[in-house]
Amino acid sequence: MWVYITRRLLWLPVLLLMVSAVTFVLGTYGPGDPVRVMLGTKYDEDTADRLRSSLGLDRPIVVQYIDYVSGAIRGDFGESLRYRGRSVGSLLASKMWVSFQVNLAAMVVSLSIGLPLGFWIARHQGSWIDPAAISFTLVLMSIPIMVSIPIVLWALCLKLSWVPCSGWGGFFDLRIVVPAITMGVPGVAGLARLMRASTLDVFGQDFVRTARAKGLSESTIDIRHVLRNAIIPIITILSFSLAGMLTTGFITERLLGIPGVGDFAIQAIFNRDYPVIMAFTMILSAAFVVANLLADIAYSLIDPRIRLS
Amino acid sequence: MMDTSVGNRGHLYRAFSRLLRKKLAIACLTTISIIYFLGIFAPLIAPYGYNEQDYQSIREAPTFQHIAGTDLKGRDVFSRVLWGIQNTVIITMVTILTGGLLIGVSLGLISGYYGGRVDSIIMRIGELFASFPDILLVILLAATLRPRIVDSVRWLEDNTWLDGIVKSGVADYIVISLALVSFSWVGMARLVRGQVLSLKTSQYVESAQATGATTFRILFIHLLPNAIGPIVVTVSMGMGTLIGTEIILSWLGLGIQPPRPSLGTMLLEAGSISALRVVPWMLIAPGIVAWSLVLCWNLFGDAMSDVLNPNTR
Repeated sequence: MWVYITRRLLWLPVLLLMVSAVTFVLGTYGPGDPVRVMLGTKYDEDTADRLRSSLGLDRPIVVQYIDYVSGAIRGDFGESLRYRGRSVGSLLASKMWVSFQVNLAAMVVSLSIGLPLGFWIARHQGSWIDPAAISFTLVLMSIPIMVSIPIVLWALCLKLSWVPCSGWGGFFDLRIVVPAITMGVPGVAGLARLMRASTLDVFGQDFVRTARAKGLSESTIDIRHVLRNAIIPIITILSFSLAGMLTTGFITERLLGIPGVGDFAIQAIFNRDYPVIMAFTMILSAAFVVANLLADIAYSLIDPRIRLS
Repeated sequence: MMDTSVGNRGHLYRAFSRLLRKKLAIACLTTISIIYFLGIFAPLIAPYGYNEQDYQSIREAPTFQHIAGTDLKGRDVFSRVLWGIQNTVIITMVTILTGGLLIGVSLGLISGYYGGRVDSIIMRIGELFASFPDILLVILLAATLRPRIVDSVRWLEDNTWLDGIVKSGVADYIVISLALVSFSWVGMARLVRGQVLSLKTSQYVESAQATGATTFRILFIHLLPNAIGPIVVTVSMGMGTLIGTEIILSWLGLGIQPPRPSLGTMLLEAGSISALRVVPWMLIAPGIVAWSLVLCWNLFGDAMSDVLNPNTR
């Protein structure tokens, strides 16, 4: 296993280098001129040329790329072309923090519905409830986010006036309710399935039969013996998947006016602000790859039959 | 060789009869067929043109004339949804046929069968594509490819007898399909590779090699049929995601360009707070169609995986 983990970790920088090269080429060969976007109406040839050379954009693309990578290795992702004077690192860090909070709220929603639901489904294995409930979670999972957000907004904000319609006020603000619901509910499907499988696994264990033979009441068996053991693998998987929670999705943030990193990245793509695009892609790819690795490790910890190789 | 094909048909036949017993899956398949039928024959079925404005009934709630209401410009929402489905159907079909089946399956076969350096190159490229977070690569590709492709299509129009390509939306189809293909081949290639790896040392492949069968024949006649089951499952389970991604691209303005309607742009127009306040029905038709397409493909894919992999039940 250690050999496997080391090999995957050694592979990571190579992968990041390739990802950054692809993004860089797409960014620089893309249409439009970042200098033109920056200057807007004040555009004229002289200013543009001066700006271009001061930004180093007139150098050959290979030189620009090497320059960029050597900076990125030292943790310097350069300056945003759009927001002058702000370093990309600090811009992204604050946006990612927002996205992370939204994710956390969504995960609370998923967990508080998914775990009890999965347990309940497992207790009714064999009856019609089992397949019906699993199909129902699929119904919720399949709502496209650009459909579910307007529906929830229409109900909670326009009809009931319980929450403000858009904006952002931090983790303990009412405005987190809509993204938490719309992003958390689709996650219920996966969690309920995991919890169902994990509970069924525990139900079949010898110690549950022993507990029953001792004459313990069903509720004691459920709470003391089954639930606890069923939750362990799920918590392990979730805690390892935190690295994947840096972005909340482009649609949610844009529709609800949340200043997160997803919407920021989309704007950067449209503004041709490629230092931002580059940094965003690289940080997220790294997080993504590491999260996948951690998830693999988590699964092999829970189930020793899974061998990493 | 005869034996494998008969056995294979038997397996598929059994799977099909198991599928017929699943009411939910059949209901989903019917829904999908109806929606696809409506989309493909949109020009014949749609009561109005997608860009036809009715100035007498702007922002009108559903009536008998406009069964899904009209939008802010007095266009019939129902007709626009039908045209939008057509776009979604064409794009997702093209993507799954080229990216998923043609590229994904062939690369998977090649990489599993030859192994060694070829295998590691293909799989590393796949890993590169798969390590872009979410659908960022798709968005990035669509955003950078669009102007280039539209330009080259314009050039084609100016310099040849071909005309009206940009207006017909073909350029948009090419852009979105290319972007979607970028991620849809990886999963398929990995799956087929796994199947080939487990089969290529089996006796029937060895005997085919011994009788001097060509590599092409071994790959496509002997190995591919054994992977049909998992391929069907992957395709039907992936269609929901693919449709969702296409809708996201149009939603972001990177897909089908107005005035041609797409489910994504319709949802964008209908989803803002001001639209919800004034014309909430605009959301209903495209919302239901998008939701039921994704849902039915997911449920159907779920049923297919039950039916074709009976041992995992």
